[in-house]
Amino acid sequence: MLASERDQLKAEIFKMAKKHDQHRSGLIPVLQHVQNVSRHISPEAMQDIAEAFKIHPVEVQGVVSFYSFLSTEKKGKFIVRLCRTISCDMAGKEAVANQLENELGIEFGETTDDGMFTLEFTNCLGMCDQGPAMLVNEDIHTKVTPETVADIIDNYRNRFGAHVTQGEHA
Amino acid sequence: MSKTDKKLVIFSDIDVEKALKSALQKSRPDLINEVRDSGLKGRGGAGFPTAVKWNLAAAAQGDRKFVICNADEGEPGTFKDRLLLTDYADQLVAGMVLAGYAVGAKEGIIYLRAEYAYIRKDLEATLEKMRGKKLLGKKIAGKDNFEFDVHIHMGSGAYICGEETALIESLEGHRGEPRNRPPFPVTVGYLGCPTSVNNVETFITVLHIVEKGAKWFKSYGTEKSTGTKLFSVSGDCDKPGVYELPMGISIKKLLETVGGEDAKAVQVGGASGTCVPRKDFDRVIAYEDVSTGGSIIVFGPFRDMLEVAVNFMEFFCDESCGQCTPCRLGTETLLEGLDMLDEGKCSLKYLRELCSLGETMQVSSKCGLGQSAPNAFLSIVENFKSEIFDSRCTCR
Repeated sequence: MLASERDQLKAEIFKMAKKHDQHRSGLIPVLQHVQNVSRHISPEAMQDIAEAFKIHPVEVQGVVSFYSFLSTEKKGKFIVRLCRTISCDMAGKEAVANQLENELGIEFGETTDDGMFTLEFTNCLGMCDQGPAMLVNEDIHTKVTPETVADIIDNYRNRFGAHVTQGEHA
Repeated sequence: MSKTDKKLVIFSDIDVEKALKSALQKSRPDLINEVRDSGLKGRGGAGFPTAVKWNLAAAAQGDRKFVICNADEGEPGTFKDRLLLTDYADQLVAGMVLAGYAVGAKEGIIYLRAEYAYIRKDLEATLEKMRGKKLLGKKIAGKDNFEFDVHIHMGSGAYICGEETALIESLEGHRGEPRNRPPFPVTVGYLGCPTSVNNVETFITVLHIVEKGAKWFKSYGTEKSTGTKLFSVSGDCDKPGVYELPMGISIKKLLETVGGEDAKAVQVGGASGTCVPRKDFDRVIAYEDVSTGGSIIVFGPFRDMLEVAVNFMEFFCDESCGQCTPCRLGTETLLEGLDMLDEGKCSLKYLRELCSLGETMQVSSKCGLGQSAPNAFLSIVENFKSEIFDSRCTCR
C-alpha cells in the first residue's frame, strides 16, 4: 500500500471511530468499511484501527479472523460466494461449482490473477427454495445452472470495468 | 415463492399504522398480558415465552434499555425471515416499537446478517417512511413520554451470532462468542443494559396478537404450542417456499401440503434439528414434540442420508466458534467418523463411541450450537444405520 493511500484510509478510520465516540461497538462497522474499500484488512490497517479505538492490534486481528466476511488476504473486486449448504447441495451446487472453476480458471478459495474475482463457498444464504444460490458481492443469484454461470460472470466483468470497488454498485 | 392460500395470522391483513396506534393506547402491563395470554413462544427456534422475556426486561433496573431484532437467520433451510424483512418490514418495525414500549426501551437495533445486505436499502427506506409518519422517533402516536428509534447493524458472516449473547458480543465489537448465562440479556445485555432479543417473526406475530386478541391467536395450534408458525420448506418437494401453518400439524400433513409425500425423511429444525424418518411422519411439529424455528428440509427416496449427515457436520465444523472444547473438537471428531463410515471403515464399537461423544456434546457444550450440533448425526445414524452400512460395504 502506498504511504498516501494508508494515510487516507487512516484518516477515514479515525473519522469513523470518532463518530462512534471511539467506542468498541464501532469496531465492526469500521472493519466492514475498510474491507469494502481496500478489499482486505492489512496489518497496517489493523494497527491504525487499534490506535483509533485505543485497543491492542491483536484484539482487532481476533475480530477480523472470526468473521467470514472480513479477511486479511486481498480479495477480488467481485467475491463469488456459492452456497454449499444442504438444500443448494441437493439442487445441484456441485455442477455449478465445477463450472464456476472452469469459467474463472481458479479453484475455490482463490482469486483470479487480474484481481477481478474471488471464488468461495459460503454457508446457507437463505435461498433454500430457489437453489443453487450464490452471492456476488451483495447481489443474490438464484436457480443458478452451469449454463447461466458464464453469463453471470461476464456480466460483472463487462458491466463494471476494472475500477469499481466492492459494494459500490449495489 | 409459494405461500399457503389461507392467510391465518402472520399473513392475515392488518392496518399497521392503526394497529400500532391502538396498541400504544393500552397500558404496558396490559400489552404484555395480552402477549402472555396468547402463549406466544419465541419464533427463532428456542421457544422461550415472549411475554416472560419482556416482563423480565421491563422489570430490570436500568436507565437505558434495548430491543434487538435478531435478523441473523442462518439456520440451514430457513428463509422465512428473509421474506418478512423484504415484504413485511413495516410490521416488523411496528412490532419492535411495541416491544420498546412494553419494556421501556428507546433504542432498537436490527442485527441483519451480512448475506442479506441487499435487503438493507429497502429496510432503511421503511424506517425513514415510518419516521415520516411519526411511528418512529419522538412522541410516537402522540404519546408525550414515549420515543423509540431503530437502526440497522450489519453482521459479518457468522452463524453463531444468531445466538443472542453471541449477537450482543458482536454488536459490542467482539468475536461472536456466546457468554455464560446467567446473567441473561434481559438484565445484562447490550452495553450491560437490559436487552430483549427477539426473532423477526416474533415481533410481527405480536403486532397481530395485540390487534386481534390472544383468544383469536389461540384458536390455532395446540395447547402448549399456540398459534401459527412460518415454515421454510425446501428440498425434494414439488412446492418449496414459505408456508404459514398451525402449530401441531403432523409431518405427514405438511408433506401433503408441499407435495413431498414420497419423502423418506424430513429434517425438522435445520442442521441443529432432528431428522425424522418416514415411520415417524405422524409426529407433530410443536414445542412439545418436534420443535423447529421454521426449517423443513425434505429428503426424497433416492437421497443418500450419509451425505446429508456429512453436509450438516461440515457446516458445524465451519461455524463452531471454537470457544469450548466439546463443540470445537466434537464436531471435528464426528465428521471424521462420518468419513470413516463413508469409506466403510467404521466399526460398530467406534460408532457407539461416537454416539456417546455426541450425547456428551449435548450436555457439555456451552451454547445451543454445540448442544445441538450432534442432533442430525445421532438421528441419522439411529434411523439409517443399515442403509449406511449396506451402501458402504467394502467386502467385495
